[in-house]
Amino acid sequence: MCVDYLDSGTERKGRGLTWLAVGLLVLASAAQATPQIQTWQTGNGARVLFVAAPELPMVDVRVVLDAGSARDGTKPGLASMSASMLTQGARDWDADTIALRMEDVGASLTSSADRDLLNVSIRSLTQPKALDTALETLTGVLTSPTFESDDLERLRQNTLIGLRQDQESPRTVAQKALYQAVFGDHPYASHPTGTEESVRALTREDLAAFHQQYFTGANALVAIVGDLDRASAEGLAERVVGSLPAGESPAPLPEVAELAAGALERIVFPSTQTTVLVGQPGMRRGDPDYFALYLGNHILGGSGFVSLLMQEVREKRGLSYSTYSYFLPLAQPGPFLMGLQTRNDQADQARQVMMDTLRRFVTEGPSEKELAAAKKNLTGGFPLRIASNSDIIGYLAVIGFYGLPLDYLDRFIERIEAVDAAQIRDAFARRVHPDRLAIVTVGGDGAPQVSAAGVIP
Amino acid sequence: MQPRSTPLRLSKAGLAGIFLIAPLAVSSWTLPAQASTENAPKVFERTLGNGLKVLVKPDRRAPILTSQVWYKVGASYEYGGITGVSHVLEHMMFKGTENLGPGEFSRIIAENGGEENAFTGSDYTAYYQNLASDRLEVSFELEAERMRNLSLDPESVTKEIEVVKEERRTRTDDDPQSITYERFNATAYLASPYRNPVIGWPGDLEELRLEDIKEWYRQWYAPNNATLVVAGDVDPEQVFALAEKHFGPLKAETIAPPKTRREPPQEGEKRISVKAPAQEPYLLMGYKVPAVAEASEEWEPYALEMLASVLDGGGSARFARELVRGTQVASSAGTSYSAFSRLPGLFLFDGVPAKGKDIPALEAAIRAQIERVQKELVDPEELERIRTQLIAGKVYEKDSVFYQAMQLGQLETVGLGWELADRYVEKLAAVTPEQIQAVATKYLIPDRLTVAVLDPQPLDGKQVARAPLPAGARDDVR
Repeated sequence: MCVDYLDSGTERKGRGLTWLAVGLLVLASAAQATPQIQTWQTGNGARVLFVAAPELPMVDVRVVLDAGSARDGTKPGLASMSASMLTQGARDWDADTIALRMEDVGASLTSSADRDLLNVSIRSLTQPKALDTALETLTGVLTSPTFESDDLERLRQNTLIGLRQDQESPRTVAQKALYQAVFGDHPYASHPTGTEESVRALTREDLAAFHQQYFTGANALVAIVGDLDRASAEGLAERVVGSLPAGESPAPLPEVAELAAGALERIVFPSTQTTVLVGQPGMRRGDPDYFALYLGNHILGGSGFVSLLMQEVREKRGLSYSTYSYFLPLAQPGPFLMGLQTRNDQADQARQVMMDTLRRFVTEGPSEKELAAAKKNLTGGFPLRIASNSDIIGYLAVIGFYGLPLDYLDRFIERIEAVDAAQIRDAFARRVHPDRLAIVTVGGDGAPQVSAAGVIP
Repeated sequence: MQPRSTPLRLSKAGLAGIFLIAPLAVSSWTLPAQASTENAPKVFERTLGNGLKVLVKPDRRAPILTSQVWYKVGASYEYGGITGVSHVLEHMMFKGTENLGPGEFSRIIAENGGEENAFTGSDYTAYYQNLASDRLEVSFELEAERMRNLSLDPESVTKEIEVVKEERRTRTDDDPQSITYERFNATAYLASPYRNPVIGWPGDLEELRLEDIKEWYRQWYAPNNATLVVAGDVDPEQVFALAEKHFGPLKAETIAPPKTRREPPQEGEKRISVKAPAQEPYLLMGYKVPAVAEASEEWEPYALEMLASVLDGGGSARFARELVRGTQVASSAGTSYSAFSRLPGLFLFDGVPAKGKDIPALEAAIRAQIERVQKELVDPEELERIRTQLIAGKVYEKDSVFYQAMQLGQLETVGLGWELADRYVEKLAAVTPEQIQAVATKYLIPDRLTVAVLDPQPLDGKQVARAPLPAGARDDVR
């Protein structure tokens, strides 16, 4: 998307729009065609999730491996560098050749790693020459990357420049500090890109060993959406990952420890605003509290202009352009996070408002009115979430990688409808701890000293 | 879209993307039927009695729609003293009307499962809702209401301007590349309103008053200055009927075309440095070039678009192959150009030097690339590859009804007419290597050039304190 300014704002109080036909607010039937997911395994044990989408003559393929930065071990940045290096050389192709192969047929190839997973994706037309070339290229980069030293050196230097640029951004500095504070010794603490020191230390052998260990059938999921029939999709999956060794799945990641106490870290930064982030370990994919926490957070800070945080921080007080909260569910509990940016001299006030909003929500839970509105938003907006092939391939990757039930989308609406206010209050009370949050502020010298109880100076 | 207020960082992302599309008839391999213009989903058009133009593009893939209202007003309509007013007004459009309380608009959209937002650019201000396809009337009822009946409350305006100032700090002031881009624009354009940031100059935001916003609303927000675009699972006749019902009764306004200061010819290269806390330098170069709206030769803007793709149309284009990989002078390098601005714009280059290289080396490398396109004809293979990518892009874009509607809205609003969305294809197809050479030779010359360099200043970020909060302690301010 490329818009210049995304904005808006809301307030809850106000005159009723009585002339707006009430009927329009009544939800249409929840009966909604969800994508029909087909699933099978390749010969070497890779799981495949496929949705036939015959409307457009195009195909998306996403290969997902349990090889995110959480598998970096003592070498932060390893997964991310491995992912980036896949497209720099494979078989007898150099980086130019790989780029030419794809762009000559109007296809695209991307690879990246986040904390849990490494993904390699293509988008291509179904036109035979295009699709064949794109698939052959994908197969090559997955199975036979060369990890040439020259390319590694180039990417290393550019990654180091990227890491230095990260230090220019108060929000990125805050984000990295918060993950460290929330996850401590857990692998989720590191940023997927790694650190200057760890990136400098990566070797070609590290990348080759990582590839050998994690690029296996047992560790791979193939998501396919496009204008294909089942037989073609089966052939496609077999072709792309079938020659990987069967291998085995890696051991589960370590448990994430709860924070024992709150902590506050203040980083001085030459910016006009202070970024305030607070967080704690949140929930995992497939968590029993998933829908209660998801829906609750939607009300608290996940629904944009109508969220409680937006009301309190922006609409009532004009303190920040953006404020939000979210749970990032991962294989192990990912973060629950709240954030805002505000003029340096207002940082304490804004943080206070954010914290008070959270405390009140944890204590009181949502009102029936808020709950009903959030349910209407999520269920009424459900068709938007599964409208495009891009949307669907994203869901397939998540459902497949995290082992969610195949009827996840079919039952999404009923699961949202089933949550009541008491469940949300209960889930937040058990899972969110306002007195044990990691808090990071990154901002200018003009800010008054942080005056958290018992802390500083 | 016009990236006039965002940094270019890594070039193409979000720049060429929006309009590098369109199928061509010329290709070495057979195109899928859907990629040809004859089979492109049709656009239906109707103009209401009050002048509101309604465009409908049915797309039945999924039971959803996007509804967008595009106003012909934006930062390039503004003048000194009130810069940023279009964007502030856009914020105020969510703050209540005669019949809607503050925030009620958003609440109703949310309760109908909608996604909504708005965006302001140099040449337009647009509002949208994405909804399930049975909720179109919700959008129309609300958008019609705020087209003519906005209530601008002084207290609310004061507060919202503070929000916009925070937005400016987030987007511009605390981002070294973004502040460099802002200063670059203000230097490159001497008189053109494109010299002003969309978000406004800080001094103007301080001075902005309720009356300015009211007057701006009265002047530009009317059915005869807007385009309503709907794409998705809809029936055109039903859309027209609903549009008539909700927008039809609105009164037209006398719209005086904006008085726009023309950019005088540039008489020589301009160069600035921008000091900001940063770790890495950043280079921006821009040459004054025409846009479709005012091109002396109709094909020139399309040749410039193709030139941008030759240099930076993906990982196989010249900049990636030769500047980032080959010579490794750049950590990143890109170009951008939009043929579809209301006023003449810039052909932009930006980049970050690679390790051990500096800004002069990067600038010299970019200039050498320019010299090459001036001296040598572009290889037909390169053009063929770009065409293929355009054709494929035209298919891929159909994955998003939002994007399809946005193209129509933008073209209509900058005054080129939505029909260009289809013709654009042939225009690019017709570009020859000689034409690319011609525009490079005519426009990418020092007298048209402005250069800005980010001069990094120390960050001096140091951690002041990290301490545990006592168990159970509140972090209250005392």
